Amino acid sequence: MKDSLLEVKNLKKYYPVNKGFFNKTQAYIKAVDDISFAVRKGETFGLVGESGCGKSTAGRSLLRLIEPTAGEVWFEDRDITKLSMEEMRKHRREMQIVFQDPFSSLDPRNTVQRILEEPMIVHGAGNAKERRAAVERLADVVGLAKAQLQRYPHQFSGGQRQRIGIARALALQPKLIIADEPVSALDVSIQSQVINLMQDLQQEFGLTYIFIAHDLSVVKHICDRVAVMYLGRIVEITDKNKLYDQPQHPYTQALLSAVPEPDPDIRKERVILQGEVPSPANAPVGCAFNTRCPRVMDVCRSTRPALLETGPGHLTACHLYNGEDRTHLYKMNLKDS
Amino acid sequence: MVQPILKVEELHTHFFTERGEVPAVDGVDLYINPGEVLGVVGESGCGKSVTSLSILKLVPNPPGKIVSGRILLKGQDIVPLKEKEMRSIRGGAVSMIFQEPMTSLNPLFTVGQQIIETVRLHRGLSKKDARTHAVDMLRKVGIPRPEAIIGEYPHQLSGGMRQRVMIAMSISCSPELLIADEPTTALDVTIQAQILDLIRKLNEEQGTAVMLITHDLGVVAEMCQRVAVMYAGKVVEEGSVRDIFKNPLHPYTRGLIQSVPRMGETRERLYSIPGNVPILSKELQGCRFAPRCSHVMELCRQSLPQLKLQEDNHSCRCWLHDSQQEDAV
Repeated sequence: MKDSLLEVKNLKKYYPVNKGFFNKTQAYIKAVDDISFAVRKGETFGLVGESGCGKSTAGRSLLRLIEPTAGEVWFEDRDITKLSMEEMRKHRREMQIVFQDPFSSLDPRNTVQRILEEPMIVHGAGNAKERRAAVERLADVVGLAKAQLQRYPHQFSGGQRQRIGIARALALQPKLIIADEPVSALDVSIQSQVINLMQDLQQEFGLTYIFIAHDLSVVKHICDRVAVMYLGRIVEITDKNKLYDQPQHPYTQALLSAVPEPDPDIRKERVILQGEVPSPANAPVGCAFNTRCPRVMDVCRSTRPALLETGPGHLTACHLYNGEDRTHLYKMNLKDS
Repeated sequence: MVQPILKVEELHTHFFTERGEVPAVDGVDLYINPGEVLGVVGESGCGKSVTSLSILKLVPNPPGKIVSGRILLKGQDIVPLKEKEMRSIRGGAVSMIFQEPMTSLNPLFTVGQQIIETVRLHRGLSKKDARTHAVDMLRKVGIPRPEAIIGEYPHQLSGGMRQRVMIAMSISCSPELLIADEPTTALDVTIQAQILDLIRKLNEEQGTAVMLITHDLGVVAEMCQRVAVMYAGKVVEEGSVRDIFKNPLHPYTRGLIQSVPRMGETRERLYSIPGNVPILSKELQGCRFAPRCSHVMELCRQSLPQLKLQEDNHSCRCWLHDSQQEDAV
């Protein structure tokens, strides 16, 4: 895609499981198992899924905060997985991250002033005076008072700390911000303040966001396109209206139907999934969702479905929509009989 | 008029800390009718959890203490009851499930031992009968292979399973009231749907009254018949779930409902309530929401409005809806 800022190709992150006397690698936990997607300039790309689906690992692998096992991450015109550590460090100016927990992601022994200044010092941006001016500008942008800059993180509420986290991510004027569950630790009324702030900043600075979250209503509000993950794999990618109006993958359908709506008049036809997410150390053969899928077929237990185009701008990894694979199996069955 | 199973009147639970007295629950009035699901909503620090802990007298003392008020359980005030008498109520007529099932189950005992202990204590069953009962309970909450699970320790189970075990334990003595404090907050949506479905079935089939404490308005809309909205230690609005969502009166309730993104609609911007929740102290004056309220009047800053019945079973604590506004001035 020519207008894409970030392209991820076959990204994998496997963690070895060591057991036994010789600590031999027995198996791999496939936290991120071969995912590909592209993020366009200026859009908000959502990465959703339940806990343990690999969405946070994926987010961190993109910045190489976690070193990916395999795959390529193209940012602008460079594959950043091939960069040396030193080059990568310079490159992170352009890509920043906002963490979920505003309590543990800010150094408690530094003042806000210092927290916001630090990225600029590390990357050698400006002299002391310029940096101070930049910090004041940042504070103003995210809605903190100048007087609050000399305070320590514990003196702020959760919402204010998340504002500090966002200001820090903005300090080096990045192009891409990966926001890992930025509002899930916050109360409803504070959550909407932070969401609005993020949208304003996107407008003002032309930012591109990767928004990682489990709250589907929030994702629907803020994102342009959404990828749904299950057990380390992407099962569906499309723009948000298509995803919410015509979800194709049975997992997406169940996930959307499980969200309680804040309206007593809406009574949804609910798909309640049986069982739980299998352990990623022991993922099912074939489609990862086959153990819980209400529409499971034989082919799902043997062949992993590829993420294929099932409509304009709509990619789904499911045998139900995957004509090619079915004919392939049909042929196999014929041969057997 | 049915007698409510639980009626809380002017409950004050304060914490005595080094920084002074904190009125976490500051005059709460609530009632739950038999077989009803009451939602208690509010943001962190609004006192919803302390209210529920007060009902079972589980507030750690010190620093916390029920300073005044009455808690009527089927007409009997339980505030003056002794610890020993409370023990027969907890897990018997009233039981409770918590947000984090890992911390509320004992890690040193198997799931079975914990349920059996409850049943034997309250029902005086023999060991064998109690065990059979425990297996039945686990089956009822949808745990697969209950005969095997009964011998497992809490850490061997997933979050959703642990919450099922908690529910099995809490319903093992057929309580008349189940207090569920954020029962699904730690769970994923698909597991949340399973647990909510289970609580709903319990309510419909056994007629157990449920007090559901949550911050998730979606869960409230889906589960509850009546809702109490709390802010800064007080109930600010109370009414049927339809009234609360379709015709909210208090500016805080309105702001709260408007600030939640919904799946069924597209909006450019979310409404947001400016400012933060106040730090609770005895010095607070006037309406607690006044500093953040868009309709604030001079009166609101000076004098605290009362929770007043507006129309059919819909009450609100706001000067805008109080006919005695002029008198108060």
